[in-house]
Amino acid sequence: MKGNLKKISEGAAKYIFLLFGSLAVVSVLAITFYMFVKGLPALAQVGVTDLLFGTVWKPTAAEPSYGIFYIILSSIIGTMGAVLIGVPIGLLTAVFLTDYTSGSPRGRKLSGILTAAVELLAAIPSVIYGLIGMMILNPFMYRLEKIIFADSETHQFTGGSNMISAIIVLAVMILPTVINISASSIRAVPQSLRSASLGLGATKLQTIFLVVIPAAKSGIMTGVVLGVGRALGEAMAINMVAGGAVNLPLPFNSVRFLTTQLVSEMGYSSGLHRQVLFTVGLVLYIFIVLINILLSNMKKKGE
Amino acid sequence: MMKKKTRPAETVLKGLILFSALLSIVLLAVIIIYVVNRGIQNVSPSFLTTVTSARRGTKGIAGNIVNTLLIIIVSMVIAGPVGVGAAIYLNEYARPGKLVQIIEFATEVLSGIPSIIFGLFGMMFFVETLGLGYCILSGSLTLSLMVLPLITRNTQEALKTVPDGYRSGAIGLGAGKWYMIRTILIPSAMPGIITGVILAVGRIVGESAALLLTAGSAKLLPVGIFGKKGLFSKIFQSGGSLTVQLYLSATSESDFDTAFGTALVLLVIVFLINVMTKKLTSGMNRCSE
Amino acid sequence: MVNRTDNNTKISVKNLNLYYGENHALKDINMDIYENTVTALIGPSGCGKSTFLKTLNRMNDLVENVRITGDIMLEQENIYDEKIDTTVLREHVGMVFQQPNPFPMSIYDNIAYGPRVHGIRDRKKLDQIVEESLRGAAIFDEVKDRLKKSALGLSGGQQQRICIARALAVKPSVLLMDEPTSALDPISTAKIEELMEELKKQYTIVIVTHNMQQALRVSDYTAFFLTGEMVEYADTETLFSYPQDKRTEDYITGRFG
Repeated sequence: MKGNLKKISEGAAKYIFLLFGSLAVVSVLAITFYMFVKGLPALAQVGVTDLLFGTVWKPTAAEPSYGIFYIILSSIIGTMGAVLIGVPIGLLTAVFLTDYTSGSPRGRKLSGILTAAVELLAAIPSVIYGLIGMMILNPFMYRLEKIIFADSETHQFTGGSNMISAIIVLAVMILPTVINISASSIRAVPQSLRSASLGLGATKLQTIFLVVIPAAKSGIMTGVVLGVGRALGEAMAINMVAGGAVNLPLPFNSVRFLTTQLVSEMGYSSGLHRQVLFTVGLVLYIFIVLINILLSNMKKKGE
Repeated sequence: MMKKKTRPAETVLKGLILFSALLSIVLLAVIIIYVVNRGIQNVSPSFLTTVTSARRGTKGIAGNIVNTLLIIIVSMVIAGPVGVGAAIYLNEYARPGKLVQIIEFATEVLSGIPSIIFGLFGMMFFVETLGLGYCILSGSLTLSLMVLPLITRNTQEALKTVPDGYRSGAIGLGAGKWYMIRTILIPSAMPGIITGVILAVGRIVGESAALLLTAGSAKLLPVGIFGKKGLFSKIFQSGGSLTVQLYLSATSESDFDTAFGTALVLLVIVFLINVMTKKLTSGMNRCSE
Repeated sequence: MVNRTDNNTKISVKNLNLYYGENHALKDINMDIYENTVTALIGPSGCGKSTFLKTLNRMNDLVENVRITGDIMLEQENIYDEKIDTTVLREHVGMVFQQPNPFPMSIYDNIAYGPRVHGIRDRKKLDQIVEESLRGAAIFDEVKDRLKKSALGLSGGQQQRICIARALAVKPSVLLMDEPTSALDPISTAKIEELMEELKKQYTIVIVTHNMQQALRVSDYTAFFLTGEMVEYADTETLFSYPQDKRTEDYITGRFG
């Protein structure tokens, strides 16, 4: 009797764990399914070109228009801008954390402090980045805006909520990812390559930039792609600093991203407007899937 | 013949490296100082124990604190066992092959999906299709999916460090596999599992986009435990987390005192979680050395 | 100590002491190394022979807690003088390591790395240096058709010769070799030993080796190290035929080590 019970619980355990294990697969399938099922109808109803390449976003007008081209463009430009700023800074920080400070106890201590700071930066909630951006970046941008566009008759003043603010906030938010992944791939470069370079009379910095970083290239690229994914998917922080008008993504324009579009309009939208928002979600999802495929290919190559 | 060379380009590069390294520290300092400076005068005992009410003239985030705690608990009750169980399946039961690859790939994809997409899915599936509505349960279910990879991965790592001798030892004594897992593996892997759980809690505390789309934004405090307005019923009602409250305070409500007060509370929680994970992981390293 | 003086002194080591923290790793080494010869450093593991080799191009500077006293004169200059630029020193004193360690780049870029680092940009000049160096390391014919391919695709022995060519490309006058064949098969080893015979016409070579047969085959002078001391130093024939010190004799007759 007791033996039977034991047998049953042993057998059940295995299948319950299998069930739990497959939940990740089910979730990914379900998310993909929902994204497409909900996102495709509007695409058909509005028309692929009108929706994806239309530049007028007037979902609540009497004659509504649902062009999300500027929104897609803003997401791409914003992400690129963040990567352009965040990656060099992150890479140099990773250099500081690894080769630059290795070799002395004081250096390692500095590196330890910086590592802790980077960890904390990664843990700060995105709404706090948004809040700080609103309070510090936006007023500063507004001052710049007033100087730059003093004589402009066409510029729509934004109060400093613009593309640049969003890019800066995003750059800061991808820093920890870029730093951590770059640092660990730099650490993985064999010491013998460094010795070889130094033995040829290269300086420490020449060794870092001509040998170590090229050797760590694939790992660093993984960090960059992860950073792209993070920037593309960030919603709340940039929603707080970017203004939120659908505009051409120029530096001092108030802009809207794929993510912020969802955050700000999902609450009140209905009907076709809401359906189009699902399409926005689908576009974002496709971008993210492409990045994931890229990442997994890179990892396979790395192995 | 071999006199020291001057290298101006290297000096510039060194400057850039130092600048970049300092930047992270300066950014962190600015954020902390700014939030503490603007937040500290707002964080009073009443701020933490009451709910903002024009009628009573109070200003507080007690409701949001309770909501956040509820979301953490419900999410972990769901994602904890599932995540740990998935890891156990992958490490202990499954034979290496297609299925393991697929599960691990899915776990990786899941960890790469941004929270806004989870929010959108949660809204479509839990809120609408399942009809749960905008409530703490919908939010928690959504976040469970989001933190699942974190827990699975950390548990897997911890299970990998348990020596094979423990397994064969227990099995050799005639214990069943599940018995061995319960009595030997899970206890040995506990520090890793707890690290995963704490990391997941950290992620939940900082999450906003997914909750905004699934859990609503109500800030009322539950009354009692069981009644219609009680703690348990609250799970099925709308509830805004601290982050969602911060967002609303800073945007639509333009109440920056509450926003900074909330930001300070969030920072303190996040830092505590950070310290805890550090303590745990360093403790684990000491054991394994 | 050493009688043969038909070669000029290239490196002169005087009262060299090296400490790793508290550990006295090299004890009062005095030694002259002669131009256009091969000098072998032998001794059991941990005797300090590799550490000593690395003092000759100051690679030990990179190790933490290392303290060095004494002088090493490279021709007229004390390489431990404060004013010495170690990068320039390492142009003069090249090094080949135990494990072949080509950079993960093309063969061409591996060889051109040193010259480029030292400021040579001219394409024609680089082409010429690369060819010369590869010929110098007796590997040009094997790789001339694949200069743009990764150096990592070569065999271990070829990789080591690429590393030798890479060291030659900065035109050093001294070449330090730290057990350069210990990771290689016998055929590759023979090739590199043959190469050393050729190289010493232009370079002064100091080689650390575990293998006494190798020391006998390739070197003109041999120094025997034991626990941080240089026990005996003589021309190779003398050292192996008539060791003066009991410990040297014990070692070369295989009684320990």
